Amino acid sequence: MSRSLSWGGRRPARPILAMMESDGELLLRLRSGDERAFVGLVERYHEPMLRLAASFVPSRAVAEEVVQDTWLAALRGLAGFEGRSSLKTWLFAILVNQARKTGTREHRSIPVADPEPVVDPSRFDASGGWSAPPEHWIEVAEGRMEAGKLAYRIRVWIDELPARQREVVLLRDVEGMSSDEVCAVLALSDANQRVLLHRGRSRLRQLFEDEFREVR
Amino acid sequence: MRLLRGRDLVCQQAVELVTDYLEGTLSRSARRRFEAHLAGCPHCTEYLAQMRETISLTGRLAPEDLTPQLRDEFVDLYRRWQSDQQ
Repeated sequence: MSRSLSWGGRRPARPILAMMESDGELLLRLRSGDERAFVGLVERYHEPMLRLAASFVPSRAVAEEVVQDTWLAALRGLAGFEGRSSLKTWLFAILVNQARKTGTREHRSIPVADPEPVVDPSRFDASGGWSAPPEHWIEVAEGRMEAGKLAYRIRVWIDELPARQREVVLLRDVEGMSSDEVCAVLALSDANQRVLLHRGRSRLRQLFEDEFREVR
Repeated sequence: MRLLRGRDLVCQQAVELVTDYLEGTLSRSARRRFEAHLAGCPHCTEYLAQMRETISLTGRLAPEDLTPQLRDEFVDLYRRWQSDQQ
C-alpha cells in the first residue's frame, strides 16, 4: 500500500490560516444551511482526516470511505454539537470512532514507559556525552522550506512513522491541537501521548539531520 | 524523575527530556537541572533548537487543495443530505 497520500501533484501552499474564516464562523453559516460553509469545512479538513484515517485502516480506499462516513455523520450530528469541544476536535473524534469501527490494523497496544532511546546510543561516549554531536541543518532546511521543496518530503516522513506516533504528530504538530484535545480524540493518557509525541518528533529530527548533513 | 536523581544530567539523558521540557511537564527541579545542562552544553542546545525547528517545519504543512471533482462530490453530498432533511 502506498502510504503517501497525495492527489497527484504538489500544490502551492494555501493562504495562511489567519486569513481564513474561523471554525466558529463556518459553524454558524453551516447551521443556517449554507452549502459553501460545508464545502469550506471539507476543504479545510478532508485531507488531514484522510491522512489520519489511513493510519487506522488497511487501504487508501477504506480510508476514503471512513472520511466520507465521517462527513455524513458530522452533517447528521451538527444539530447536536454543543460546542463543548472545538469543531475540529469534534470532527476528528467522529473520524477516529468511524475508523476504529472499520479498522483492522492492530496497533492499539499502548507503549508504557518505552525504554528505547530516541537517539542512537552509538552517538554518545561511555559517560553519556555526545561523541557524534548533532550536525547543523536548520538554515538549510529553512531555505528548502521557503523554496517549497521540503513540505512534500516531510509529508512522506510523517506517513512513514509508526501508526500511533503518526497519529499524534499529525494532530499535535500538523493540525496544532492541544495535548488535551489529542488525548481526547485518540483516547490516550497524557503520559502515553507524550511518549508517542517524543518518539515521533525525535524521529523526524533525525530525518532532517540525515537529509541535510551532507549539503552544508 | 528517576533519571534526574543524583548528579548532573548527561547528554544522553537530556535528549530524552526534550519533549517533557517543551511540554512544560518537568518538575521545577528537573527543569532547572535540564537548563543547567543546556547552559554548559552547546550540542544539547543545538539539539533542542533542532527539535523546535522540527515542530515549526511540521506546523507549516498546509492541507492540499481538493480536486474540483472531489469538491463537486461534496456539494452533491451536502445537497442530498439537505433534501433528506425535508
